[in-house]
Amino acid sequence: MPNTDIPNGSSRLRSLTLVPHESGLATRDFKSDQEVRWCPGCGDYAILAAFQSFLPSLEVPRENIVVVSGIGCSSRLPYYVNSYGMHSIHGRAPAIASGLAASRRDLSVWVITGDGDALSIGGNHLIHALRRNVNIKILLFNNRIYGLTKGQYSPTSERGKVTKSTPFGSLDEPFNPVSLALGAGASFVARSVDSDRKHLQSVLRAAADHEGAAFIEVFQNCPIFNDDAFAGVKQPSAPGLIRLSHGSPIRFGPEESMGLTLGAYGALEAVPASSVPSSSLVTHDETLEDPSYAFALSRLDNGDFSHTPIGVFRSVERPSYDSLMASQISEAQAASSHTDGDGDVDALAALIAGNDTWEVA
Amino acid sequence: MTKQVQELDHVIIRFAGDSGDGMQLTGDRFTQETAIFGNDLSTLPNFPAEIRAPAGTLPGVSSFQLHFADHDILTPGDAPDVLVAMNPAALAANLKDLPRGADLIVNTDEFTKRNLSKAGYDANPLDDDSIAQAYSLHPVPLTSLTVKALEDIDITRKDAERAKNMFALGLLSWLYGRPAEGTLAFLEAKFGKKPEVYKANVTAFQAGWSYGETTEDFSVRYEVKAASLARGKYRNITGNTALSYGLIAASKLSKLPLFLGSYPITPASDVLHELAKHKRFGVRTFQAEDEIAAVGSALGAAFGGSLAVTTTSGPGMVLKAETVGLAVSVELPLIVCDIQRAGPSTGMPTKTEQADLLMALFGRNGESPVPVVAAASPSDCFHAAIEAARIAVTYRTPVVLLSDGYLANGSEPWRIPEISSLPDLSAEFAFTTSPNPADNGGGFQPFRRDPATLARPWAIPGTPGLEHRIGGIEKADGAGSISYDPVNHDLMVRTRQAKIDGIAASIPDLEVDDPDGDARVLVLGWGSTYGSIGAAARRVRRAGHPVAQAHLRHLNPFPANLGDVLRRYDKILVPEINLGQLALLLRGKFLVDVISYNRVRGLPFRAAELAEAIEEVITHA
Repeated sequence: MPNTDIPNGSSRLRSLTLVPHESGLATRDFKSDQEVRWCPGCGDYAILAAFQSFLPSLEVPRENIVVVSGIGCSSRLPYYVNSYGMHSIHGRAPAIASGLAASRRDLSVWVITGDGDALSIGGNHLIHALRRNVNIKILLFNNRIYGLTKGQYSPTSERGKVTKSTPFGSLDEPFNPVSLALGAGASFVARSVDSDRKHLQSVLRAAADHEGAAFIEVFQNCPIFNDDAFAGVKQPSAPGLIRLSHGSPIRFGPEESMGLTLGAYGALEAVPASSVPSSSLVTHDETLEDPSYAFALSRLDNGDFSHTPIGVFRSVERPSYDSLMASQISEAQAASSHTDGDGDVDALAALIAGNDTWEVA
Repeated sequence: MTKQVQELDHVIIRFAGDSGDGMQLTGDRFTQETAIFGNDLSTLPNFPAEIRAPAGTLPGVSSFQLHFADHDILTPGDAPDVLVAMNPAALAANLKDLPRGADLIVNTDEFTKRNLSKAGYDANPLDDDSIAQAYSLHPVPLTSLTVKALEDIDITRKDAERAKNMFALGLLSWLYGRPAEGTLAFLEAKFGKKPEVYKANVTAFQAGWSYGETTEDFSVRYEVKAASLARGKYRNITGNTALSYGLIAASKLSKLPLFLGSYPITPASDVLHELAKHKRFGVRTFQAEDEIAAVGSALGAAFGGSLAVTTTSGPGMVLKAETVGLAVSVELPLIVCDIQRAGPSTGMPTKTEQADLLMALFGRNGESPVPVVAAASPSDCFHAAIEAARIAVTYRTPVVLLSDGYLANGSEPWRIPEISSLPDLSAEFAFTTSPNPADNGGGFQPFRRDPATLARPWAIPGTPGLEHRIGGIEKADGAGSISYDPVNHDLMVRTRQAKIDGIAASIPDLEVDDPDGDARVLVLGWGSTYGSIGAAARRVRRAGHPVAQAHLRHLNPFPANLGDVLRRYDKILVPEINLGQLALLLRGKFLVDVISYNRVRGLPFRAAELAEAIEEVITHA
């Protein structure tokens, strides 16, 4: 087994400090020999292309990248990336990736999931992976529909959605994935859009520069069962699209005429920027320990895309589970009198003998 | 006063009280004293699932039975020679198991009107001559004697009363000449930081001992000589501890880091607790959010090259089934420990059963063969865990290791093995291209198989040149890419089955114990019934009837000679703590009309009832 605990010493992205370094890789190195089989026009193609052309910038050898997915259209992605990968079972990718990342700190582990996979059948694993803060990066492709099972409403579909399983309209309220992740205590939460490669890659990079669990919701179009679900934010000049940038005043709308102010009970309100003193306009800060502001940002989006922030909502430093686990082990080993070689055998013999033994002659 | 000493060859003691009375601790300590003394022993803890059932009620009764002897014994014993009843409920719940003439020690202080009524007694049964006539009754005001002994110690009356279990332990330790040093050291370690509590427990223990010496009620003390066991160094061990140590040993023997993904569940949690202590061995324990994540995290760690384990009981096995199926499909090593308990559903969490066998074999969708290994005794859990690991890493497969509540909590003396006597698990594999050619032959094939074992390469992330994708979708033979080809699927289904069937080549033949070689009846068991069946077979043979005994460790695949063994006997009796699951397998696979013997009470078999069943079969053979 490769040594997992030698820092590579370079000024690497923060999730990669124990991962080997290799430069000079190209996009083609991450394309597998498998034929990509999504429907024509699927947003997954754009996300795959953005992901493959992003991976070389990590400067991590292919063999140290692992992509783990669940079940669903998006979860086919690992087959198309020439790294190690596991296409697992419905909803369980965060659990499988957690075990892998907790035991192998020399890997860069990515989870690919969808709205049904992560928020319905795998909801429990998602929130606990985020709470636990294992060093995994979770990309949730949100198309607000079940694609692979041919078009039932999903936990992010708007209420009243008419589908095969809800001919009279769906009855339940959708999840807001960003709100959910923030509520679960995620240390890194972001959102991007399938068609905006530059933005998506910047968010992927920010996630890789975060030690611990990172959650990225990607708006993804399903042209077959839910076409144009995200039309409201697809145009760069979309009036409701709010591009978050750490340290910058939040401005959006026609000619950046709109801004945000802090309203009652911590809610954020969209106002014409000229209507208030500039000191009242909110400047984005993704590093706030208190998640209230990030949560208020996530609640701006009520489903109609009138105000939809994209970018990094929250990025705070918190020890990752795997680093804490490794510290406990190394402390226990340092405190132990037995070290390696025959010491191992002695330690094992001492363990199984325990303290209360007797001899039969 | 010098007391008469009577020598016995074996004794069965049952401590019974309220679940708040510390009966498990009392039993554990008496067991430890007995182990150090050198008797052979076997224990049966029996406690309610409720942490504190309403005090004084029948559901709240907790008991601990210990059988110790001057010779080797196999079971915790059928019926106690001595019952210690700490309250009326303990008496009511256990009296039916007590044979006439047995010693009965009762804590008379607890026989109040209120407690009698909670136990369902209209009148005090101790006032009734029938008990005094049937048993050797020793009424002892345990609580008040304890409180009186502790009156100079600065603790509350309630705390003083709580030490009454140590008074009882002291009395019994005197009665059977047990060495006290271990208990005194234990109390110091446990209560050393609370001097008054420590003093109270030691004083209560000594008061119990002195009470035995001075009171005329106990005119005889007993002696059970040390057993002549095989030479070596011994310790006492429970099944869950042995299983935990077996996993750590397997990690060292395979040179693979140990990863446990687990979710707390009775009676398996103690394996998680034990392994969590041993981080110095590089053990990673991951308490997951549920049973599914527990096995999922383990499978992820297996993908990364760990010796991966998940531990659970029946209800958790059900939840893990889908992931175990994925492990079958991706062909990664995974040890799934099912510490069985009485089912279905929640069943009786603290009671034992063997009814998960068919689930272990078949409880998944599709053709999903999984090797199954079962431990036969508490200490055997150590070796069974190593065997499960051997199969998992050699054949790249999930393996189900079956233990049960009786083995998990029961204990016995264990001759501690030399580390050098344990199998080397590191030679069988390496994280290389094998069985692909070293140069990959132009492309790494993750499902190219070793011709001998049919195992595929265990190529872990971080290994250059072996990048590959695996998943639950059917894979093309060799290349491992997605395949919906009908012929390929048929081949893969058969190949996965052949790989598991082929494990039989690596397991020893089933040995039959037939001392005179003339038996016509075979008793065949598996798992935790080993001791009861062995004890029953001894009884039958002592009565002059030849009987053969064999015990299966491998339930899938079976040992290669099993069919031959079955055909050698006129009649085959298969005792199981289920409704005949092994029997169903034997009939289906070998067309042999075995006779099932089944009791599903949440308790081990009694040797006497099994002996009777065996004799019945012999009579009609």
